[in-house]
Amino acid sequence: MSSASTLIPADLGVIPSKPEENYLKHDKGILSWVFTLDHKRIGLMYLVSVLGAFALGGFFALAVRTELFFPGPTIINHDQYNQAMTLHGAVMVFLVIIPGIPAALGNIIMPLQLGAKDVAFPRLNLMSYHLWVLGALFFISSLVISAADTGWTFYVPYSTTTPTAVIPAAFGAFILGFSSIFTGLNFITTVHKLRPPGMTWFRLPLFIWALYSTAVIQVLATPVIGITLLMLIVERVVGLGIFDPALGGDPVLFQHFFWFYSHPAVYIMIVPAFGVVSEIIAVFSRKEIFGYKFIALSSVAIALLGFLVWGHHMFTSGQSVLAGTIFSAITFLIAIPTAIKILNWVTTMYKGRIHLDTPMLYAIAFLWVFTIGGLTGVFLSTMSVDVHLHDTYFVVAHFHYVMMGGAITAFMGGLHYWWPKFIGRMYNEKLAKVATVLVFVGLNVTFFPQFLLGTRGMPRRYYNYLPEFQGLHQLSTIGAFVLGLGFLMTAFYLIQSAKSGKKAPANPWGGTTLEWQCASPPPYYNFHDTPEVNRGPYEGYAHLKFDKETQGYVPTE
Amino acid sequence: MSDAQASAHAGHEHEAVYPYTPHHFHEAKQHFESGKMGVWLFLVTEILFFAGLFCAYTVYRAQNPEIFYWAHFYLDTKLGALNTIVLILSSFTAAWAVRNAQLGQGKLLRINIILTICGALGFMCVKYIEYSHKFHDGLLPARHFQPAHEVWETPDFKKKHPESALAAERIVARLAERKAKATAAAPIIDTIEAAPSESRAIPVDHHEEGHAHAAPVALPPEDPHMAALADDVWLETEVRKMSNAERHPLEMAGVIRRPADGPIRFARPERAGIFFSIYFFMTGLHGVHVVIGIGLWIWMLVIASKRKFGSSYFGPIEFTALYWHLVDLIWIYLFPMLYLIH
Repeated sequence: MSSASTLIPADLGVIPSKPEENYLKHDKGILSWVFTLDHKRIGLMYLVSVLGAFALGGFFALAVRTELFFPGPTIINHDQYNQAMTLHGAVMVFLVIIPGIPAALGNIIMPLQLGAKDVAFPRLNLMSYHLWVLGALFFISSLVISAADTGWTFYVPYSTTTPTAVIPAAFGAFILGFSSIFTGLNFITTVHKLRPPGMTWFRLPLFIWALYSTAVIQVLATPVIGITLLMLIVERVVGLGIFDPALGGDPVLFQHFFWFYSHPAVYIMIVPAFGVVSEIIAVFSRKEIFGYKFIALSSVAIALLGFLVWGHHMFTSGQSVLAGTIFSAITFLIAIPTAIKILNWVTTMYKGRIHLDTPMLYAIAFLWVFTIGGLTGVFLSTMSVDVHLHDTYFVVAHFHYVMMGGAITAFMGGLHYWWPKFIGRMYNEKLAKVATVLVFVGLNVTFFPQFLLGTRGMPRRYYNYLPEFQGLHQLSTIGAFVLGLGFLMTAFYLIQSAKSGKKAPANPWGGTTLEWQCASPPPYYNFHDTPEVNRGPYEGYAHLKFDKETQGYVPTE
Repeated sequence: MSDAQASAHAGHEHEAVYPYTPHHFHEAKQHFESGKMGVWLFLVTEILFFAGLFCAYTVYRAQNPEIFYWAHFYLDTKLGALNTIVLILSSFTAAWAVRNAQLGQGKLLRINIILTICGALGFMCVKYIEYSHKFHDGLLPARHFQPAHEVWETPDFKKKHPESALAAERIVARLAERKAKATAAAPIIDTIEAAPSESRAIPVDHHEEGHAHAAPVALPPEDPHMAALADDVWLETEVRKMSNAERHPLEMAGVIRRPADGPIRFARPERAGIFFSIYFFMTGLHGVHVVIGIGLWIWMLVIASKRKFGSSYFGPIEFTALYWHLVDLIWIYLFPMLYLIH
């Protein structure tokens, strides 16, 4: 990381490859996509599928928000409301956010940033994607049969007694769990075994560090939700009684199992977002990232601490006060590595030459909303406060500020940042900026009123509400539609870009990590010869200059 | 690695030097080490997958220690031990197969793989025998749990605690007699209020339903003083009259118990069925892993007859063996936890 390293500007240049080696055109036909082993194609299929699921989850969200525009029945009845609410949550969590950054963006970018030809296990990678599709089909089958109405948490005993199709939904989540496990396993092995010569651990791009930490959580936590969902399914089929109080079982045990996974899963969703933001902020500030090791290791710290805090979801479940106190204290600790990251990003921007392109707008939006989301988490981890705020809209607002405001904002930032690399074409920057502002405004208008609703006592997941809450609910619904409009616009200009966008240069933003040394889009084998690495990932901005002819960055002489 | 090898990956030379190494690896060693790391990580996920069940076991056992004593009379330790031996032997042949692959001993390798598969099949056969006995005896997961024998009627219990078994038979027969008398005394109320749950709480039904194996106990006429006592007082008195050898095993198994919030009870432990839920789930999931293992070994047998294994290429056999050892290891925990601990 020191500036004393011998950096030659030519090291930052594009590695030549022939245009016909472009991975998008290397093979033709639908089967060359469905059964491809190329990480870039698999990543792109993930991306398209995840965005499709995002549209579906967003549709359910709008249905829920529209219903809540007036108290009492508005467009759907209460059963349909419960189903829409459940599917919004389950689709967004299991089908969108968990695979979003790692499996879609990470799949394409990780081997490129490592100078590798592929991930360690390409077949397993394809299998992860096929499992994702299978899991998604089970979700949709639940939707067609009789959509589950349990909420995404599948709490027993309701989930073992409701007549709706819980089994397909739970089985879908079970399969998606394996998809996630295999991706994690693949990424850990790739980082360990496929680094190029010279790329030491502390020369890894921060996105890789984030994906690595995420993969550790995926591998260690996901099997537990797997077995829990399997127990839930078998409970419904043969009546195990382990979770069923009527047969002498313990329903709180289910909550322990569920949150043992689902709290770390929150970090599966947010840690990769940290990685994306680290990349974007360094590049668009044209400055070496501040506190590289702190950012890298704080991801690992969050990943490990994340396993010890699940009880903060259960302060009101009857667990002992001692257990609650310990869980609360460890939860506070997580604020430390998180704050380390935020402060290092802000310090990176300080005195940087900030370029306000779309990815950077998203990164700055992330800093704003994620800080709100993170700090309100401290309220909730305080037991005495949580007892009052538990199961209110305050929790909904906090969760969405972190997941929507954090994970999805960073996902959108990463999507815009790497889009030219994926597709080889630029998007309409003006429209993109307008859409970003719409998303940012919509996000805050949707979720900020929910903090107020929560503190005033509006319980979450309710179909109906008291007239005094109407103003804030309507504000929130209006925000949701602004948000929807922003995403619709994004879909429009991205499709337009894929069809007829300007050709993208190899390095449109002036990045110094290895993916920008590949052509856009990258050739089939990424790098013909494995590059040797003799510098840190964010060194050398001074050696890059903008070339008007290609509209991209090239090394100075 | 040397320059020659570094540049080999780009062309056809790669295939000539490393026939089984995919293109994105530089050389066979990197391929093998990646595979090995992947398999170890997979084994970690497997352990965590089972960890949920071990947790459920621990919680349930901490809450109901007596049920584990009660349940061990129903499990066949001999069959369990036989399966443990079979599985350990098959792990040995699996480990030997890895050695064969490393040394390129093709024929011995195939023999050891076949022996491993035989071990796995033998294990499943024993499992089949055990499961079919349990299904037959109504030892099923909680909702369907309807055992044909009470614990004091099991051969194991009779052998270990003969006095206790006799005492239990006596009490059960006496309880049935008292119930019959009460029914005769108040026939109308009884036909209306005969709740099925009540008859299950004091499990004497199957004697009346005519299970031929339980020979009726010949009872002397009851002392009229005793007969006049209320049910719980009568039971308390009977229990106090029992010797230590008669009473102790029944208390350990939770058959005689004094709940904090009610009178003394003489019945099967209430949450007994959950034991068999855990038993079937854990051994069943383990059995699924054994079946998957059989599939993997058959696949290995096919590969072994096509490819040439040797000191530089033996990954698939080693990885399958690692998986097989884990399956073995899980059983080595399951056997004492379910069959031996009491």
